[in-house]
Amino acid sequence: MSLTLFTVVALIALAAYFMSRRKAVLIAGGRSGVLHSRPVFHGLYSLLWVALTGIGALVVSSVIGDWLVDRVLLARIAAAQPDMAPLQQQLLLSDAKAIAEGRMSSRSGVLRDQIADAYAWMSALRNWVVIALSIGGAAVAAWITHGRVAPAWWARNRAERILRNILLAMATVAILTTIGIVLSLIFETVRFFGMIDWRIDKFILGTTWSPLSGVFEGQMDADTVGAVPLFAGTLLITAIAMLVAVPVGLFSAIYLSDFASSRVRATVKPLLEILAGVPTVVYGFFAAITLAPALRDFGELIGVRIASESALAAGLTMGIMIIPFISSLSDDVINAVPQSLRDGSLAVGATEAETMRIVILPAALPGIVSAVILGVSRAIGETMIVVMAAGQGANLTANPLEAVTTVTVQIVALITGDTEASTAAGPAFTLGFTLFVMTLVMNILAQRLVRRFREAYD
Amino acid sequence: MTDAAAQPSAAPAHGSLAGASNRLRQRRRAQTRLKAYGIAAIAFALLALATLVGSVVVKATGALTNTHFTYEMTLSTEALGVTPESPPEEILRAPYGDLIDEALEARFPLATGRTARREVDALVSNGAQFQLAQHVVENPELLGQSVTYPLIASDRTDYYFQGGYGDLLTPEVAGRLTVTGSEDGTLDIRSSEEDFAEALQTVKQSLYGDADRLREQAARQQNAVRVYGERAAAAETEEAREAQLERQAQAEAKRDDLLAEAEALEERAAADAGTEPLDAENISLLIEAGGGWIKMTEVNRSGGEGVALTEVDLPIETSADWRFRTTTLPEGSRRVSDRQIAWLETLKAEGAVERDFNTRFFTAADSRAPELAGIRGALVGSFWTMMVTFALAFPIGVLAAIYLEEFAPKNRFTNFIEVNINNLAAVPSIVYGLLGLAVFINVFGVPRSAPLAGGLVLTLMTLPTIIIAARAAIKAVPPSIREAALGVGASKMQASFHHVLPLAMPGILTGTIIGMAQALGETAPLIMIGMVAFIVETPSGITDSATVLPVQIFRWYDFPEPGFEARAAAAICVLLTFLIAMNALAIFLRKRFERRW
Repeated sequence: MSLTLFTVVALIALAAYFMSRRKAVLIAGGRSGVLHSRPVFHGLYSLLWVALTGIGALVVSSVIGDWLVDRVLLARIAAAQPDMAPLQQQLLLSDAKAIAEGRMSSRSGVLRDQIADAYAWMSALRNWVVIALSIGGAAVAAWITHGRVAPAWWARNRAERILRNILLAMATVAILTTIGIVLSLIFETVRFFGMIDWRIDKFILGTTWSPLSGVFEGQMDADTVGAVPLFAGTLLITAIAMLVAVPVGLFSAIYLSDFASSRVRATVKPLLEILAGVPTVVYGFFAAITLAPALRDFGELIGVRIASESALAAGLTMGIMIIPFISSLSDDVINAVPQSLRDGSLAVGATEAETMRIVILPAALPGIVSAVILGVSRAIGETMIVVMAAGQGANLTANPLEAVTTVTVQIVALITGDTEASTAAGPAFTLGFTLFVMTLVMNILAQRLVRRFREAYD
Repeated sequence: MTDAAAQPSAAPAHGSLAGASNRLRQRRRAQTRLKAYGIAAIAFALLALATLVGSVVVKATGALTNTHFTYEMTLSTEALGVTPESPPEEILRAPYGDLIDEALEARFPLATGRTARREVDALVSNGAQFQLAQHVVENPELLGQSVTYPLIASDRTDYYFQGGYGDLLTPEVAGRLTVTGSEDGTLDIRSSEEDFAEALQTVKQSLYGDADRLREQAARQQNAVRVYGERAAAAETEEAREAQLERQAQAEAKRDDLLAEAEALEERAAADAGTEPLDAENISLLIEAGGGWIKMTEVNRSGGEGVALTEVDLPIETSADWRFRTTTLPEGSRRVSDRQIAWLETLKAEGAVERDFNTRFFTAADSRAPELAGIRGALVGSFWTMMVTFALAFPIGVLAAIYLEEFAPKNRFTNFIEVNINNLAAVPSIVYGLLGLAVFINVFGVPRSAPLAGGLVLTLMTLPTIIIAARAAIKAVPPSIREAALGVGASKMQASFHHVLPLAMPGILTGTIIGMAQALGETAPLIMIGMVAFIVETPSGITDSATVLPVQIFRWYDFPEPGFEARAAAAICVLLTFLIAMNALAIFLRKRFERRW
């Protein structure tokens, strides 16, 4: 219904555009200089106002209508069944809605049928109100803006002010996203901490992770929510990844920026960028299907037991994934070191390698460090590789040949698991919040470092 | 070099010419070394890329073809209970599955009993009956006639023909074969030459392995003997000592038995001749003769005993027309039995097995059976999700970028927006999934696992990429363009939308395509919002339940059947093709329309 209504509002807006423009054209009567704004702007002014009023009324009245209907019906249910738990009342309401809409309901009953009847006429009423408000609002806006078309009306300035505000609103989506992330994560995190009696220390320092084993009547056993094995596993895999990515990425960047011929550079750089464009699920497939069995067989050959979900396989693959980040970011900063430093060093007789080691790398160091930090932040937030190639069990070990689990693996396991969503969401969102804070801190740090580097040379 | 020239009287090594050239050589070596490290690093990265792509492509070849049976069968009106005049619904629901199974069972009359019949039926896919039913509904005149309709083979048949369960070897034979039957069904097999000597050796090799295992057990018993001895020595009462000694004696006896058994096995293995029984742990020895297949149950150098797997014309007298076939995997380690191999090879020899390009992979949606599964559903799901993402992310991203570049005053608020965008670009994708779950699904009631929900999440995820790219493109338009527009009386809004935006468009599109490519390959956030469910129907809109290509890959990789692994790899190839195409388009746009000012 809302889609049709949306289309109707859009059509009214278009009609308003043409009417206002026509009126302006008629007023001008072919003479220039009569109108302050060209007819198009009169049309645009109408269009913007009509669309904004209509769609605004549509959204606001639908949301308020839904809310009101739910409240009234829940009040009725509460009056009929005062002893029922709120969750049960919600369930009853959704059953009644299903009955009213002719879908399958989980149960039926007299009260459900009554509520369903009430819901049917109330939602019909709500629909009519929404239709009346949005179409009426659009029509009123069309009438008013059409009436304003006059030679001295500053339609262009008005329309542009509205447009500018729309642009501003689009730009604030970024802020809204951040707020949304923080609020949704914090809400569940606080609820989860409430469930473990605010023993945050147990979450940060405990070493036993099996959050769903100690659930009882909205309380969780604080002794089973120790996230240290997850942090340790994440760190282990990240460390292996960085051991691969940092040397490989850095040396390729050094070679590509100052030693390679332009032809080599032009071929190798895009090839490395392909590595960055490969979806992580492909890396995960590679780690789980190709690399892990190969490592296990190799281990058998030399007599070492390597788990088939070893941290090594996941870490190596993640390292390969991060190579292009390190190499392209380092390449950028090495290239950004002013040529004068190179020339100066070469002029006093240093070889290119010495110039790189003694002059350029120290100058580029803040940028390189920030590249490494960004790489680490990517590694700890990476999900698919570890979901497919790392283990599920919270195993506290520093041995890269054994299976470990990570923060992201546990989030996926909790959310996609069989446990009731409201129970599993707590620990999952709390881990997500931890992850968000960790990566945020690293990103801010990396940005600071890069800014310092730029300030030194730009 | 410089200090060598400036301080001639310093350390002699520095002052002398020989020392200088030594140092110079060292420094050049350091230079070469650094270059070598760089080349090695690049070689490693490129090798990793090649291995990654290569291993996926190799795995994907398994899904390239599928197998069909083209044996003839009669669409008997009695068995199906329908006639060409029956209404289509009834024709559709007739028991074609039984018909297919019975036609195959009739070809192999030796397959009696439930297990054997089930093994026969397992050669054909469960989906074959539905395809046949559809075919008959469209051509009802076929009822009552004898038809050859390509029936899709099961996953294991397909995998067998791909060589997934090892090869069927044909060792050379020199002798003439004689096979005689006996009352209880066992066949006596003799060759005039020692044609089975080599196979016998292979079988005997496995005896050494058995013997090794026995010796390991014996070693454990030896350990027990030692422990009981120590306990007996330390025992405080006479009774306890007795008990320990008794246990020790038992362990000793067991150890000796095991060792004797191992020795006997090794002796057997070392002996040249003799007869060895064959079980599921040995490779299978099969004989093709007399128009049928025989499986050997006992082998010696020139013959042995066996059972018929398919009908064999007996007796076979000193025939030269026979073939000896051996498998490379024991029966116990493959999902296709010796009987099934015999049936499949018989059908293949009759030309009733066809292998062709797997078009089904592109036209079918998901299925629980690998041979029936395809990526169509996931592709369409990806398409709808991308549509939602593009429809939202592109306008929002471009408008936000225009605001930030062209209109935003330099104040703390716009600075805050900028910081936000930069940070959002680095937030792990799984966090966006949690956001989508909490906000879009739980608060706004967007249907779970629908492309709408996925598109909304991916919009938020790709927005920073698009905004950053669009800002860079807008910034690259020289101020002279704006000034010229303003100079002839355009408003700021007109200058931006009529002059700056069109010039920045190629750059913006490039950034958008790259952002969309990222979104197309994204998996984790979509798993969070439930797009990981098993969905057979192809979605027809943005609110239907759907899955997307990368999530489909993730689902398939998780199944144990080798067919799914191959299909996951093939789906990866399709995904990579799309990504390469999108990136190529982005590069093309950049090359074609980019202006240098």
